[in-house]
Amino acid sequence: MGILGWTYVFVGLTFALYIYVAWRTRVADTKGFYVAGMGVPPVFNGMATAADWMSAASFISMAGLISFLGYPGAYYLMGWTGGYVLLALLLAPYLRKFGKYTVPDFVGDRYYSSAARLVAAACAIFVSYTYVCGQMRGVGVVFSRFLEVDINTGVIIGMCIVFIYAALGGMKGITWTQVCQYCVLIVAYIIPAVAISMMVTGIPIPQIGFGSTIAAGHPDAGKYLLDTLNIIAKDLGFVQYTATFATVNTNMLNVLCITFALMVGTAGLPHVIIRFYTVPTVRAARISAGWALLFIALLYTTAPAVAAFARYNMINTLNDKPYVERPNWYKNWQRPGLVAWVDKNGDGIIQYRPGAPFVGRPNFTGKDGKFGQPLLANKVTTNKNELYIDRDIMVLASPEIGGLSAWVVGLVAAGGLAAALSTAAGLLLVVSSSISHDFYYRIINKNATEKQRLLVGRVMIGVAVVFAGYFGINPPAFVAQVVAFAFGLAASSFFPIILLGIFTKKTTREGAICGMVAGILFTGIYIIQTKFMGVGNWFLGITPEGIGTIGMLINFIVAIIVSTFTKEPPAEVQEIVESIRIPRGAGDASDH
Amino acid sequence: MSKDLKEYWRKNIRIMTWLLAIWAFVSYGLGIILVNPLNAIHIGGFPLGFWFAQQGSIYVFVVLIFVYCALMRKLDREYDVDE
Repeated sequence: MGILGWTYVFVGLTFALYIYVAWRTRVADTKGFYVAGMGVPPVFNGMATAADWMSAASFISMAGLISFLGYPGAYYLMGWTGGYVLLALLLAPYLRKFGKYTVPDFVGDRYYSSAARLVAAACAIFVSYTYVCGQMRGVGVVFSRFLEVDINTGVIIGMCIVFIYAALGGMKGITWTQVCQYCVLIVAYIIPAVAISMMVTGIPIPQIGFGSTIAAGHPDAGKYLLDTLNIIAKDLGFVQYTATFATVNTNMLNVLCITFALMVGTAGLPHVIIRFYTVPTVRAARISAGWALLFIALLYTTAPAVAAFARYNMINTLNDKPYVERPNWYKNWQRPGLVAWVDKNGDGIIQYRPGAPFVGRPNFTGKDGKFGQPLLANKVTTNKNELYIDRDIMVLASPEIGGLSAWVVGLVAAGGLAAALSTAAGLLLVVSSSISHDFYYRIINKNATEKQRLLVGRVMIGVAVVFAGYFGINPPAFVAQVVAFAFGLAASSFFPIILLGIFTKKTTREGAICGMVAGILFTGIYIIQTKFMGVGNWFLGITPEGIGTIGMLINFIVAIIVSTFTKEPPAEVQEIVESIRIPRGAGDASDH
Repeated sequence: MSKDLKEYWRKNIRIMTWLLAIWAFVSYGLGIILVNPLNAIHIGGFPLGFWFAQQGSIYVFVVLIFVYCALMRKLDREYDVDE
């Protein structure tokens, strides 16, 4: 059986499993729909959180990004894991004790204000939405490459699957499918990583392998892999792999700010926070954060190893090699336009050097050149680099680059889909609950019956899926750009307000609203200026990815100052704050 | 809040502060600010600072959360506020 056959087998089996699980866990009440009945055991909540958190970006893109960045890639690694320490210590136990359904619920009740609830619900929808479009696109890419269907068909199939299990089982269905999806994605990530580590270094543990020497039979055998990558980089004119703070965008201040913004953003993302509402006790909330991070760490400590192996393999199999001898994987990935070669000096040899080989993404003319290479319509740059390589293929093509069996390639496809679908489902639930619970039930129709609310929740998932699918098929040019938005806004809106709400009694409604608005405005305007209007990074040279750190500080300062000038919160709100600090009595969620 | 519960909260804050100090020291300290001096030390093929940034800090994060859970469990029982 070939790659295509195995891919159909794995994707078909895993999809059947998700649908089966969804049918078994279908729900009939809002508590099941929004918070999985609060009966999820911590280890499984940890797995579900890990799948929820690790998106198409973590699975497909992250190792590729690190592979091209080298040391600064650490901001993704630390940023997207360190946030769980903040969650476990500062937020999860207290929000679980508070015991409501959504993040805007906490903001609205703690700050005794519908306006605060509205601002929070709008932020939750915006943050989750920017994220979900990217997931749908990821689904489409995996389908088009591995199953050889049209990207649009891929997106529509993905939409149908997510809709079935999210609408049927709500949070409960999503949780248990996420548990399965975690198992699929981690196996799919680890198996090729172990095989490639074995191949390159002879050591089966990738985390150790990438600090070891290169195995016999490969170029530079016997030398340390990281040293070799540094030497290759130096010879070709790249920044060395382990070099620190080498460019303007990776100076120390920026690395600090980006890491911090990603950490705080992680801790402020609504789809992550609500996972801690689904466990039975405060203790379970704390420990499930630990399990979640352990499960995430399995992938996140493997990723930098995959990145280093991929870079070594990629350069050795392509650079300074004649185009006519290009490997098979190159041919497979040229079709969807993820690799391309422009023969600038006419020697028929692929030269890989720093800089972009041409402007934009490959745009093939349909004609072939002297060496059989598809010609490009793009404007060629003046540097010496001839090779275009999309970062995403570092993971997707790694089994092929490493020459692994066809079934491993099929497994990676199923893993990529599991990562994208699990995150999409979690995000869609946040969008749906923000509209059906926070807007519809808490503000528009306070007398809605259980049945009406459940129906609205399900309809909203349907609407959200259709919108997400639309943007998956017609991706707005800014999808990649708005990821900075999601983290920046989560960092500068939710995190400070929730933290102050738990750890101070005196932060007032006015303080919270002013803080949120100030934080969002500063961060939003800065990102729009620098990403879309061509303004330079005017605040201390901080890039838009890291500006959430400053937005967060502004939010804190404004909220604290305004709180000192406004009337202190009513006694019953101060009592809520006291009660959430004590674990005992964390019973059922109440929706009133 | 009774006196006992105030003390419980104070101790909770102390545990939290210590653990967050370690969290910040390992990630921002060893992984970023001190990365260059640490890179002079090699463990196998890893420059030490690079290792903390791409591996070590993540392991420490996991351990921190489990230590927090154990300490808080003990504290909850001591002050009789456990579930």
